[in-house]
Amino acid sequence: MRLLFQFLIIVVISFVGEMLNHFIPLPIPASIYGIVILFTALKMQWIKPHHIGDVCRFLILIMPVLFIPSAVGLIKSWDLISANLLQYVVILMVSTVVVMAASAIATQQVIKRSKRKQQQQQ
Amino acid sequence: MIGELAENSIYFGVLLSLTAYGVGLWLKRLTGWALVNPLFIAIVLVISVLLLFDISYDTYNRGADIISYLLTPSTICLALPLYQQIELLKRNYKAVMAGILVGSLSSVCIVLLLALLFGFDHASYVTFLPKSITTAIGIGVCQELGGYVSIAVAVIIITGVFGGIVGEKIFNILHIDEPIARGVALGTSSHAIGTSKAMELGVVEGSMSSLSIVVCGIITVVLAPIFANFL
Repeated sequence: MRLLFQFLIIVVISFVGEMLNHFIPLPIPASIYGIVILFTALKMQWIKPHHIGDVCRFLILIMPVLFIPSAVGLIKSWDLISANLLQYVVILMVSTVVVMAASAIATQQVIKRSKRKQQQQQ
Repeated sequence: MIGELAENSIYFGVLLSLTAYGVGLWLKRLTGWALVNPLFIAIVLVISVLLLFDISYDTYNRGADIISYLLTPSTICLALPLYQQIELLKRNYKAVMAGILVGSLSSVCIVLLLALLFGFDHASYVTFLPKSITTAIGIGVCQELGGYVSIAVAVIIITGVFGGIVGEKIFNILHIDEPIARGVALGTSSHAIGTSKAMELGVVEGSMSSLSIVVCGIITVVLAPIFANFL
């Protein structure tokens, strides 16, 4: 019963997210509304972590598997992609590496700077 | 024969997906290489099986669809680790925001630069603008700007898989040892697929990555229409 209740909470939030996505004319998906709703509910203590913990851990654990079907959908648009394959691959790889490096360096630099400041104050 | 079986079974899609992912996990344990990514192996295996036995995507997806169905609930669950790490986030608020902002901005800039270099037309260019954000937001942005939606889906997903594969390598080369920085980078560059990788690295990485999906997605919704005017 406990797992069923936990899953019910998540499904209710998914449903509300879906409704918001439907009625608000912004390109924001149900899942993003859902994250904000669940986060707010946890913050306001309407929902406690133990009310959803087991189901959350399971769903997060299996997350990579959930991407398989849409990734395989790549074969449907293969004809469009294969026409410019090389350029697409280059732009995809280069930009992913650049973004990963840029945001990692930026975050780490700011953290290091504030750590140094704290040490100086002490 | 297998094609016929597949067509008559609604469990085929799920069975194939889970088995392929299991093989991916097994190969990762066997080799121990960071570059052996279970998700990537699973995708390649499923595509190979479909092509080999001439099974259509729709036949596969009739069953596999229930897997995708869980994607929204699963993404919503990311709010829990985020909530549990809220103190850490508050202490490092500036660093996290700086990282996400720099990442989102560099994403649209590098796409513009390479699109100019390759002489892309407007439609191909805007297809790549939302490549680092989560699929559902990315589709909306691409549609709004007049790109190729089916290509955008593939581009976004491959970006995620590729980011998950090369992430650790990049962090080692650049000496990124702060878990917060690793999480922000994975989420900002490779959205939810990067986040599932970040969850493997640790709960701090995972929660920072979850936050980055949300914030980076919203920043890109604003940035992409502006950048769409440049080509």
